[in-house]
Amino acid sequence: MAEYTGKVEKSLAKFPERKNLAYNRLYTPLDIEGLDYEKDLSFPGQYPFTRGVQPTMYRGRFWTMRMYAGFSTAEESNKRYRYLLESGGTGLSCAFDLPTQIGYDSDDAIAEGEVGKVGVAIDSLADMEILFDSIDLGKVSTSMTINAPASVLLAMYIAVAEKQGVSPDKLNGTIQNDILKEYAARGTYIFPPKPSMRLITNIFEYCSKSVPNWNTISISGYHIREAGSTASQEIAFTIADGIAYVDAAIKAGLNVDDFAGRLSFFWNAHNNVLEEVAKFRASRRVWAKVMKERFGATNPKSWMLRVHTQTAGSMLTAQQPDNNVVRVALQTAAAVLGGTQSLHTNSKDEALALPTEDSVRVALRTQQIVAYESGLADVVDPLAGSYYIEALTNQIEKEAWEYIGKIDDMGGAVVAIEKGYIQREIQESAYKWQMEVENKQRIIVGVNQFQVAEKPIEGLLRVDASVGELQKKKLADLRARRDNGAVADKLAALEAGCKDENTNLMPLILEAVKVYATLGEICGVMRKVFGEYEAHVSL
Amino acid sequence: MEKRIRVLVAKPGLDGHDRGAKVVARALRDAGFEVIYTGLRQTPEQIVEAALQEDVNVVALSLLSGAHNHLFPRIVAMCKEKGMSDVLIVGGGVIPDADIAGLKAAGVSAVFTPGTPTGSIVEFIKTNVK
Repeated sequence: MAEYTGKVEKSLAKFPERKNLAYNRLYTPLDIEGLDYEKDLSFPGQYPFTRGVQPTMYRGRFWTMRMYAGFSTAEESNKRYRYLLESGGTGLSCAFDLPTQIGYDSDDAIAEGEVGKVGVAIDSLADMEILFDSIDLGKVSTSMTINAPASVLLAMYIAVAEKQGVSPDKLNGTIQNDILKEYAARGTYIFPPKPSMRLITNIFEYCSKSVPNWNTISISGYHIREAGSTASQEIAFTIADGIAYVDAAIKAGLNVDDFAGRLSFFWNAHNNVLEEVAKFRASRRVWAKVMKERFGATNPKSWMLRVHTQTAGSMLTAQQPDNNVVRVALQTAAAVLGGTQSLHTNSKDEALALPTEDSVRVALRTQQIVAYESGLADVVDPLAGSYYIEALTNQIEKEAWEYIGKIDDMGGAVVAIEKGYIQREIQESAYKWQMEVENKQRIIVGVNQFQVAEKPIEGLLRVDASVGELQKKKLADLRARRDNGAVADKLAALEAGCKDENTNLMPLILEAVKVYATLGEICGVMRKVFGEYEAHVSL
Repeated sequence: MEKRIRVLVAKPGLDGHDRGAKVVARALRDAGFEVIYTGLRQTPEQIVEAALQEDVNVVALSLLSGAHNHLFPRIVAMCKEKGMSDVLIVGGGVIPDADIAGLKAAGVSAVFTPGTPTGSIVEFIKTNVK
């Protein structure tokens, strides 16, 4: 033994970056003592869903290959969506520009320089009609990354579908609609927490009756992780947000089993493949327990944590961008071994700009190679029973419960965010990560090790600077063309509705959208009544 | 005693990704600078006003949304208008190499892109603050 220990010490001294890892060097049956198969793992499709939410998983069908896209105008983005569907993408995922995400029209002074940059500019139903032109909304499922004005974009989607002759009960898709993580990690909030939570519960209620197959929220850890959290923090803070939404909906008088089955989640797939697999498995177990034990949900669908995943944008490097193809492939493996329901893979050039058509194709092909060639999708939860995976799943679950307990003690996620607690925990982890990279305790290939002299990258996507002017002109035409009396009436009705807490705002927003009231006008009415959120700044 | 270097870390525009800004702010503070962080969604007017009020030596702008070519030069120009020609203005974020020359010509002294160690930013500021 002494000889063995001596050898290990000697080799660790030679490679100091291998010494301070958070994990044990070796896992054995001792690390999973007491693990009860039926109680802790059970079968896929059965409580607590550790091994997956469906009994057959990818043997039945692959995950939805859903590429996140959108830039410039509705016309340009429509072309990209059709290209992705023709290339074998199986769902759409819309990226909106920042003015759209924050409820401003493209001609608002604050939007200058931002129109069409990080996503597509949508000012009114007229843009939305172009965005989905020649795409059958009865056949495709669409995810929309929209939060503060989610109700407005969902209303536009419903209205476009109606024009196509598709009734709302035939619509499939997801709105992100997760405002708590905007306050904590992503920054595209508009209103204060209370009216924001009201809008969210209004959507839960409206969709449970009228758009039954719609995922009304995608409770998002992705951005929490991008902001710098650890894997355990990602699921802990996200599930704490989920608890806050369920609480709010129950307080608003909804029955938990009427809406819980349509709650969905959004995870990040980072580089540490096995840690990520354990994270996915732990998260399903935590949520199942929350829904069954804490909220008393009785429908098994209410217990399932269904998840869309995106590979980690923040792990891609601007240095030697070709290496990012490999990173994304590993992250894809993590998401698939973790049992995701839907996946976006990032493109290799995303640390530099929005992806080009060619780099998006490689990203989509990565998913297809993992699906069809790698064998990773042949067996449900193939890593179950690995001493390491099970021990790590237990450990991540334990760490998550500790955080959830702390947040409960503070009064829930809304209070914890208002106090800046969650933001500070995330910042702490982000700073620690950066220092580890700078001290070379953490090696990032091409960044702090294995660097080369690099040539400038050619052929990046550039959004035409004229897009702002184009949108402005489209808006001026719209305002001249539409029935402005009807717009004023519908906006007045919405304002009255905002002032009465018992009114569900969704039908009023839908009416306003249909007469071509703009996003900025509708959000402007809500801003007037609800006010705006003042961020808690702390360093 | 020598006066400590004062830095305003600012997020212009609508972009909400502030991981980089906050990490840099903290690294600058750990390096002994006085650091003020504006928070999100600051207009050029608000940033320049804050820089004036706080009497800073450095304005460090962080942006990922692609609006840098519009916002950074405006901030530089407004600083000059207000007589703050001694203030060092630096930027960082997802900024294509092709845009860097233009930003420098507009008066942004340095642009730090992803992967830059915080130590290089500290060194640059120490060397270049007048």
